[in-house]
Amino acid sequence: MSTYLIKNAKVLGGDAQDVLISDGLVTRVGTGIDAPQAAQTIDAAGHILLPGLVDLHTHLREPGREDAETVETGTRAAALGGFTAVHAMANTDPVADTAGVVEQVWRLGQEAGRCDVHPVGAVTVGLAGERLAELGAMHDSAAGVKVFSDDGKCVHDAVIMRRALEYVKAFDGVVAQHAQEPRLTEGAQMNEGTVSGMLGLRGWPAVAEEAIIARDVLLTAHVGSRLHVCHVSTAGSVEIIRWAKSKGWDVTAEVTPHHLLLTDELVRSYDPVYKVNPPLRTAEDIAALREGLADGTIDAVATDHAPHPCEDKDCEWAVAAMGMLGLETALSIVQQTMVDTGLLDWAGVADRMSVRPARIGRLDGHGRAIAAGEPANLVLVDPAARRTVEPSELASRSSNTPYAGMELPGRVAATFLRGVPTVIDGKLA
Amino acid sequence: MKRHLISAADLTRDDALLILDTAEELAHIAERPIKKLPTLRGRTVVNLFFEDSTRTRISFEAAAKRLSADVINFSVKGSSVSKGESLKDTALTLQAMGADAVVIRHGASGAPYTLANSGWLHGSVVNAGDGTHEHPTQALLDAFTMRRRLSGPDARGGLDGRRITIVGDVLHSRVARSNVLLLATLGADVTLVAPPTLLPIGVETWPCSVSYDIDATLAKADAVMMLRVQRERMNAAFFPTEREYSRRYGLDAKRMAALPDHAIVMHPGPMNRGMEIAAEVADSARSTIVEQVTNGVSVRMAVLYLLLGGSEPAVTTATTTEETTA
Repeated sequence: MSTYLIKNAKVLGGDAQDVLISDGLVTRVGTGIDAPQAAQTIDAAGHILLPGLVDLHTHLREPGREDAETVETGTRAAALGGFTAVHAMANTDPVADTAGVVEQVWRLGQEAGRCDVHPVGAVTVGLAGERLAELGAMHDSAAGVKVFSDDGKCVHDAVIMRRALEYVKAFDGVVAQHAQEPRLTEGAQMNEGTVSGMLGLRGWPAVAEEAIIARDVLLTAHVGSRLHVCHVSTAGSVEIIRWAKSKGWDVTAEVTPHHLLLTDELVRSYDPVYKVNPPLRTAEDIAALREGLADGTIDAVATDHAPHPCEDKDCEWAVAAMGMLGLETALSIVQQTMVDTGLLDWAGVADRMSVRPARIGRLDGHGRAIAAGEPANLVLVDPAARRTVEPSELASRSSNTPYAGMELPGRVAATFLRGVPTVIDGKLA
Repeated sequence: MKRHLISAADLTRDDALLILDTAEELAHIAERPIKKLPTLRGRTVVNLFFEDSTRTRISFEAAAKRLSADVINFSVKGSSVSKGESLKDTALTLQAMGADAVVIRHGASGAPYTLANSGWLHGSVVNAGDGTHEHPTQALLDAFTMRRRLSGPDARGGLDGRRITIVGDVLHSRVARSNVLLLATLGADVTLVAPPTLLPIGVETWPCSVSYDIDATLAKADAVMMLRVQRERMNAAFFPTEREYSRRYGLDAKRMAALPDHAIVMHPGPMNRGMEIAAEVADSARSTIVEQVTNGVSVRMAVLYLLLGGSEPAVTTATTTEETTA
């Protein structure tokens, strides 16, 4: 296995240090390390070294919608975005609700090799919200599933949710809830507010998210289990989660990059690239989400990377698919919204994009300290670089990025997965 | 004026007045034995209707034909947008046929906006009603009707200071949205009246007042416009029963008597007689419902003329230099 010496990188944004990688591990961290024979040296002056990013929420679309994304293309995008592990959501076709499907996705990830793929198992059979899927079988499979979610749909039945929370305690699992009260959001097209009223688009009210989160944190406390809240999008949700955490309950939450930056004002263009679930909210929500991420109420940034073929976005708003790409732009958006604004330092970015998501997903090899003996899952970032997002240049099979044409800060210079570069000089290795 | 008419908000006060004044000139055409001008000869207007709406379609059709345009009616009825041909492919087809203007009625809010801004076709797009968003030519014909009835056919200028009450299902009404925007542009004071369930979130930011009490508004109204209320709404708990809605928000003879003598009663149609409007009110002398239909043709002629024709006065230009304006 190759040996790499990363020279003068700011580890977690701190002082410049050299980091030696060999045989899949970080072997030395210090200053003035001389390159051993046959080592490749990477000049990282001015660059930030972070643990490889971990995404709790990725739609890889395989099996079933290989026209939108495959495990192969999705993990390329992930590596370019600085990720060394992603959680592949269960709403594929067939749904990942059996050991067979999660093992298939797991195997495809192994074969792709650019990024660890951890399948998320469905909570209920077919995401229908009626009967529990075989959660234990998925956990016991080769995929070793720890995270269960009906994402795309809410586990809306209180009894099913309670049972799921209880059941996964047996193997330290977590239920990741897509919080959306279904009756309050029938036919919903965008955030319910001033803009939806003017545009005549059916509203998706904040209370539909907040009511489910409030119920679920109480259920979690009642049964003593572990809850993760997917893609928190409203100020009220942040408040409820902050309250739940103050009680000491085992509740974690994620926010997407797009909910940290984009508002529902964009929908005035009726451009379906801005159609996403949960919907883009208001500037007040963005402020609360950023604050929640900064103070740790929100544990993680998760992309909700949701590729769609162009025909599902090149149409009128009402029939367009919901979702937007995220893997290749996530770190830049976090830099722009959290780091460049002074809300979070790079060590904080490492915590929210690697350490805590790895802990929530119970991934032992990721989100570790950058120290001798630790697995060499690393990402090297050039924070001074700027780039303009060009959809056709993305590695994803789809091009539904809401950032097309925007100039964003930061660039992933290199990504290492267990000591092997998956990205080098900003390109796939 | 912009190249498309998607929202009443696209119109400045000058644009709106130009349309109303042009419509007033064109209205005289209807009084002639030969109701036709050569203004748009050789131009193609496509009526692209994804929803059934015979009255709006024939109104646009009559308007285009009176201006001598070639009219193609393209009905995509019954075709669910998700299963049938996509809007994009339909648009590309119309572009290939050389449509100069596309009049579109669509069940999805924003479909006309998308059609106008997608680059799929180059002609002018006229919104003939999109989902629960807007219906700008309806608002124009309503404003035209108000100005005529309240100030006479020779009146010019806006509706400054006129008090207009709009009653009914504002939440689902594209007519209400367009009317609020246009009437505010023309200087009128608009009051929306509806049960709270049928008002959209954020309505307090609209350029109008809001009331839950129809009786509080009638005595000062110059015009009251009743919106259609679908009976099925009660199944989604927007109101308890049809009868309760009718009692609290319907315009009956007793309420009509509370209006000032000069006040008019309007309805964009189709009506639910006995629901939002009593039959005797709909058929009363105050009612402008049939006139609104007539005026619709004049207003739509003006819109098509101004979008496709030119900046010169419609009637004089058309009659003196027929060929050059085509």
